[in-house]
Amino acid sequence: MTGKRISSPEELEQLRKRILSKRGSNKLIVSICTMSVCGQSRGSVDVCGRFKEEIRRVGLEDKVDIKETGCQGFCEREPVVIIFPEGIYYVNVKPDDVPEIISTTLAKGKLVERLLYTDPVTGEKGAKESDIPFYKNQMRIVFGNNRHINPTDINDYIALGGYSALSKALFQMTPEQVLEEIKKSNLRGRGGGGFPTGIKWETTKNAPGKRKYVIVNCDEGDPGAYMDRSLMEGNPHAILEGLIIGAYAMGSHEGFIYVRQEYPIAYENTIQAIKQAEEYGFLGENVLGSGFDFEVDVHCGAGAFVSGESTALMSAIEGKVGEPKMKYIHTAVSGIKGNPSCLNNVETWANVPLIINKGAGWFNSIGTDRSKGTKIFSLVGKVNNTGLVEVPMGMTLRRLIYDIGGGIPNGKKFKAVQTGGPSGGVIPEQYLDTPIDFDELTKLGSMMGSGGMVVMDENTCMVDTARYFVSFCCEESCGKCIPCREGLRTLREILTDICEGKGQEGDIEAIEDIAKAMQDASLCALGTTAANPAFTTLKYFREEYEAHIKEKRCPAKVCKALTSYYIDPEKCTACMICFKNCPTEAIHGGKGIIHWIEQEKCIKCNTCFEVCPPRFSAVRRISGEPLPLTPAPGTKVIREKRR
Amino acid sequence: MTVTLQIDGKEVKAREGMTILEAAKEAGVEIPKLCYHEKLKPYGACRICSVEVERKGRARIVASCGYPVEQGLVVRTRSPRIDRIRKTLIELIAPTTMVDGEVVGEIKKLAKEYGANIHRFESRFRAKPTRCILCGQCVRYCDEVIGEHAIGFVGRGIERRAVFFPEKAKACLTCQACFDLCPTGKIPSETDFVVFDGFSIDDYLAGEL
Repeated sequence: MTGKRISSPEELEQLRKRILSKRGSNKLIVSICTMSVCGQSRGSVDVCGRFKEEIRRVGLEDKVDIKETGCQGFCEREPVVIIFPEGIYYVNVKPDDVPEIISTTLAKGKLVERLLYTDPVTGEKGAKESDIPFYKNQMRIVFGNNRHINPTDINDYIALGGYSALSKALFQMTPEQVLEEIKKSNLRGRGGGGFPTGIKWETTKNAPGKRKYVIVNCDEGDPGAYMDRSLMEGNPHAILEGLIIGAYAMGSHEGFIYVRQEYPIAYENTIQAIKQAEEYGFLGENVLGSGFDFEVDVHCGAGAFVSGESTALMSAIEGKVGEPKMKYIHTAVSGIKGNPSCLNNVETWANVPLIINKGAGWFNSIGTDRSKGTKIFSLVGKVNNTGLVEVPMGMTLRRLIYDIGGGIPNGKKFKAVQTGGPSGGVIPEQYLDTPIDFDELTKLGSMMGSGGMVVMDENTCMVDTARYFVSFCCEESCGKCIPCREGLRTLREILTDICEGKGQEGDIEAIEDIAKAMQDASLCALGTTAANPAFTTLKYFREEYEAHIKEKRCPAKVCKALTSYYIDPEKCTACMICFKNCPTEAIHGGKGIIHWIEQEKCIKCNTCFEVCPPRFSAVRRISGEPLPLTPAPGTKVIREKRR
Repeated sequence: MTVTLQIDGKEVKAREGMTILEAAKEAGVEIPKLCYHEKLKPYGACRICSVEVERKGRARIVASCGYPVEQGLVVRTRSPRIDRIRKTLIELIAPTTMVDGEVVGEIKKLAKEYGANIHRFESRFRAKPTRCILCGQCVRYCDEVIGEHAIGFVGRGIERRAVFFPEKAKACLTCQACFDLCPTGKIPSETDFVVFDGFSIDDYLAGEL
């Protein structure tokens, strides 16, 4: 493999030129996300296969390249096909659409209108990526390269200027200058805490000890969050380059990439990336001929959320149970086997090459006073455009949810947004104009976290939401310390009781007491933050708790034990749809005979509510009030009503 | 190197490397604890030893068993906030240590001292009381002091248990060093000198623990 090894910055530049000239500038590139779960599950692999087949068949191989990539962000509309250089953007593409795309767009340069994105709000079509509001309002400095890169081919990354920051750091900067640049950039940790990265690096650099470690934290596990996975899957070399630069700055020669076991593609792509980086001389002895040595190993997690916590992650790397320890001496000073160990999140490392290449001044020009750069969010839940979005810090939640996310589907009302995953909190409508910023979100009782963002509409019960997140943490707590283990166990029971109509007087105070003790006294950040969803739902939606406890009423009509289904005889047209769809045969009536629900048989699955055509809206959910009488069996529909 | 710090308003001298809990003990200030043992490495699981520290004007809550002393540190071992934490923690742990309607061992003492209502969360405790608070003293003593590794943790979260490993537990018949460590008295009361009976990894795997 010595043939590929690059041993100077000049050789790297020559290689880059060779790659670019070999590819030619006139080729069309068809970019398809085949290396991410959303794309795969929606059939992108088949679409890609069809493209390969058809292009071969029509003999366009010389004119068209297919780029298989990781996540491109607009997961809602997968399979997506982007045709570069113009950036023509087709959504929801099926394998059978491929011949038409080839004959119309690739051969003649014309658009296939029906595959273009149509804005659900304005009804306008967008031909190019840059026309689509979802993309137009983003700033994809970190994530944007995903769509141009096949993550299993290092040449793609090099072609885009990859590893030039490493070359610059090694040959034009001292380790101290690299550190200084990161400090000046004011980059803050993207994993949750928002700790200044430069200061962390400095601590490790200055900590006594010859062996130092640098580590990538890819143990992301928040429900609904997949930023780190998508970066690791789609652009592993960016993270690797950041890590090597960090190692150089801190004087570390060994690194680890901790990838959670649930991310098989990320794991494989990381291993592949390391292998290629070794072959090219970006890793190993004498990196790029600079005299700097650095090796990196991948550690596959074993399925524990808590292992994302620094001390637990380092225990896991040591081969022990992934359980947190007290860290009154920071892991930056005493981490893996007592050696200084600098752990940063995937996205943090991915920002490093950009800062080295473009400078701290450039980075500081993006964002707010105290939060610089961009942040990637996974925008999910009750929002039209779900997907991964990257925005400059300081954008308001409202712009993110409405301008990029396209608002709430089906004309429903926004209720709250949960940021920061199970450790975060819910933010209600009155704070939608809050700028996205580490400190602003913390002030609201939530947090940036790693960037999960779950949008909730009016049909979401806030007690149920708190119960869900608390249950998640209860399953994932390691069980070592009392406040987290027993606090979550008890909180879960209380919240479940409240949702089931068994709430008692004093429950709200109990939740507050437990949450406070967890926040104050838990051993690690999982415990100190796990009560945030309970805290914030109580803070902003206390009346919902009270309604559940005192009136046995679920205002959002979500909690099954407190909700009944009822068919309004005035509105029912006896169309038989709910009748046929009811899984427990709880609906009575028949053709021309008004339907009614036998409450004893009803399992409250919500099916009748969902299938009743909106023009009738005959199925109602009732909570906290007596059920109206059902019509006498056999009551006939008065046909005139329907017209 | 000695450092001077303030504990409950008292100037205290301590050696660098000591923890707050150790320094307080030397100064005659007793901090309650359930998982601490002087022969074992700090573990930080019970959080009963939580204290308030103030450093450069910033106050925070730390576990005194693990927090190293520092020059100029101001420590409060009792305050309304600390007492409330301890009270809640005792209330949370009470149901699992309940024997015949009464909490046992150290927990009983602490419940009285901090005015904890031991029945507060009883109706919400739907698991089998194990009488074990997972302080890990037995596990760690067996590892760190005896070197037998006959006891260990299994499971995660609320499924976490301390269990004996039968094949390792032959030494237990003569050792029994953990008997006196257990803050709830579970080990001596449930083992009947055949230490792993009904208390072993096999029972755990069979779903009986």
